[in-house]
Amino acid sequence: MKILDDALALRQIQDSLRKNYDPTKKLVTICAGTGCRGYGCISVKEELEAEIKKQNMNVEVRATGCFGFCEKGPLVVIHPEKIFYQQVKVKDVPEIISKTVAHGEILEKLLYRDPDTKETVLKEEDVPFYKKQHRLVFGQNGMIDPSRLDDYLAIDGYSALAKALTEMTPEDVISEVKKAGLRGRGGGGFHAGVKWEGCRKAHGSHKYVIGNGDEGDPGAYMDRSLMEGNPHSVIEGMIIGAYAIGANEGYIYVRNEYPLAVMNLSLAINSAKEAGLLGKKILGTDFSFDIHINKGGGAFVCGESSALFASIEGRAGEPRAKYIHAVEKGLWDKPTVLNNVETWANVPVIINKGADWYASIGTEGSKGTKIFSLVGKINNTGLIEVPMGMTLREIIYGMGGGIPGGRKFKAVQTGGPSGGCIPESLLDLPVDFDKLYEVGSMMGSGGMIVMDDKSCMVDVAKYFLAFLQEESCGKCVPCREGVRRMREILEDICAGRGKEGDVELLEHLSTGVADGSLCALGGSAPNPVLSTIKYFREEYDAHIKNKRCPAGVCKALITYSIDPEKCTGCTLCSRVCPVEAISGEKKKPHKIDIDKCTRCGACIESCKFDAITVE
Amino acid sequence: MSKTDTVAAKTKEIVKKHGGDKSALIAVLQDIQEAFNYLPQEGLKAAGKAMNIPLSRVYEVATFYNAFSLKPRGEHIVKICMGTACHVRGASAIQDKMERTLNIKPGETTSDKKFSLETVNCVGACALGPVVVINTEYHGQMTMAKVDKVIGKLKEGAQQ
Repeated sequence: MKILDDALALRQIQDSLRKNYDPTKKLVTICAGTGCRGYGCISVKEELEAEIKKQNMNVEVRATGCFGFCEKGPLVVIHPEKIFYQQVKVKDVPEIISKTVAHGEILEKLLYRDPDTKETVLKEEDVPFYKKQHRLVFGQNGMIDPSRLDDYLAIDGYSALAKALTEMTPEDVISEVKKAGLRGRGGGGFHAGVKWEGCRKAHGSHKYVIGNGDEGDPGAYMDRSLMEGNPHSVIEGMIIGAYAIGANEGYIYVRNEYPLAVMNLSLAINSAKEAGLLGKKILGTDFSFDIHINKGGGAFVCGESSALFASIEGRAGEPRAKYIHAVEKGLWDKPTVLNNVETWANVPVIINKGADWYASIGTEGSKGTKIFSLVGKINNTGLIEVPMGMTLREIIYGMGGGIPGGRKFKAVQTGGPSGGCIPESLLDLPVDFDKLYEVGSMMGSGGMIVMDDKSCMVDVAKYFLAFLQEESCGKCVPCREGVRRMREILEDICAGRGKEGDVELLEHLSTGVADGSLCALGGSAPNPVLSTIKYFREEYDAHIKNKRCPAGVCKALITYSIDPEKCTGCTLCSRVCPVEAISGEKKKPHKIDIDKCTRCGACIESCKFDAITVE
Repeated sequence: MSKTDTVAAKTKEIVKKHGGDKSALIAVLQDIQEAFNYLPQEGLKAAGKAMNIPLSRVYEVATFYNAFSLKPRGEHIVKICMGTACHVRGASAIQDKMERTLNIKPGETTSDKKFSLETVNCVGACALGPVVVINTEYHGQMTMAKVDKVIGKLKEGAQQ
């Protein structure tokens, strides 16, 4: 591409590209996010291309970013009618091309079927999962090929940058972001505009902006899908932010586990440089800015700002005390603004549509939308973008389609290892930064892990503490030793060695860990324990006093048995049992020797008659 | 050329590619690991020397980050996702099964050097949970039966 040396050149190229992206033209888009890749979407894409060629047609197949509805992948949309096909397999491709693409004929079997009404849904926007979403940031993912700058320009990409550079002063940009009420999407919820203003005013000529893509919260993957699916939106936001605070250099710190995100971001940075949208004299103005990519090393604590700086500087990622804020002394002790990549991707939207419009979405204290990853025991796993303030019930039952197998909802875990478990009684809670905090959890980066009655809350607390113990950097003793001790107590409780007073001891230790740790990892480490004690105390008591695990999870407290009424004697369980604990004659009910049984679950998985009971 | 020389030469090349700046240490180690599948001691020494960083600090970084391995790893790297979504969908049963099938614990390598087992805190493919990533391939909705199938296939491939 030729260098875009002013805003007019950008406008011209956007206009000419838009003609190639005529919305009435035939086009097949296929989701190429990591989820759909796991389902084999790349072979479906190759088959689509091959079949189109075979049938002598001239239709583009575009591999785009993540559509969000990961449960039903691979996902394919036929434009311009926007026919939404799900769970598409290679063998479906010839029919899709010869019938739907060629003649507009609908293939009922590939449409989404509403599990309640049993009716099929034709278009993506009418599927209940998408219906109530407001996809400000995530909506373009399904339209663009993330490896092509042209695609982003054709949907008016980099217009916000041109507007900021040519029509606004840095102060204007900051006041617009402040007025919009944009808060950090990475978990902290700090006002982005306030941070930027602090950095702009800080002394020093060399300043940095950083995009935090070290998405470490287990069960959260919206940042990954954003970096993979629309990397230019993150980059555009960062350039605007750099202009606002007066930075000429920036970094995007991406998790090591996200190779596709690293690749797509690198491609995007290179193409933006070639087009003069990054580098020296951006769009012909006096503003210069460059972005580097840093790959993380698989340390959760590096999502914390000061640990992340240490990692970029090439050191072990240990946080430091924040008597002096990063906006004054951050990376290499220079004034630095660090925002999550989703926060950055919101910036172009604000500049394009205006702060007033943006602030009209959401709640009093939390503006705009938030992307959540709705995962765990839920029918419609995927990524949703909703206005702040939507209730948990609407999200879990409306979009998520409720709990699989007709089981009972128990809790939803938000905020990753720093968050908490929210019980059924709070399902009508409107989700925003402040409301989640009030009930003992937090927004975090946006993971929502749904749990049913077969999830043990003590086990969940133990899981998070084990995670945090492993990820604690070890600098602060209360975090290093306290979290370990708390984990040991939880392990004892789960193993049937719990004692009266353990819960109180956990609460006592929690205070010490939270107060005595420098960074948020330790500061919020007790949350999963405290919230489960608060809302699910009876489960702790069942483990400690009655030596029972009501959910049937903790191995030391459960026994397996075979229901002779249901068992048909098919022998499958006895063949998969790794310890030969199951015996019985063919076609006669089998038995489990509970002394040999290790409760590994292999028999439950293999039984087709639901004959194994756990008590 | 001895192994030490080969590793040292390759490390020098990697350091040069990154410009030799001290802040590039993590990126340098990532590249060394990519080249040798682990971080050989010779590589750590050579990197420290070329970048003018004390070996103690190179070692600190190499042991701090989970992604680095100081031990040689197997031909196939099996990563079990331990994210919350996978956990509530039974990842620990998959881990137990994988340990039994390969007869190693996480962090270990089979004696024939074919498989290494690792656990990872969420690979961000939660819809597929429980997930196992083998080399670069994602295996979703894992069951214990599928573990046998997938590993069996790789073992067969190894024999051919």
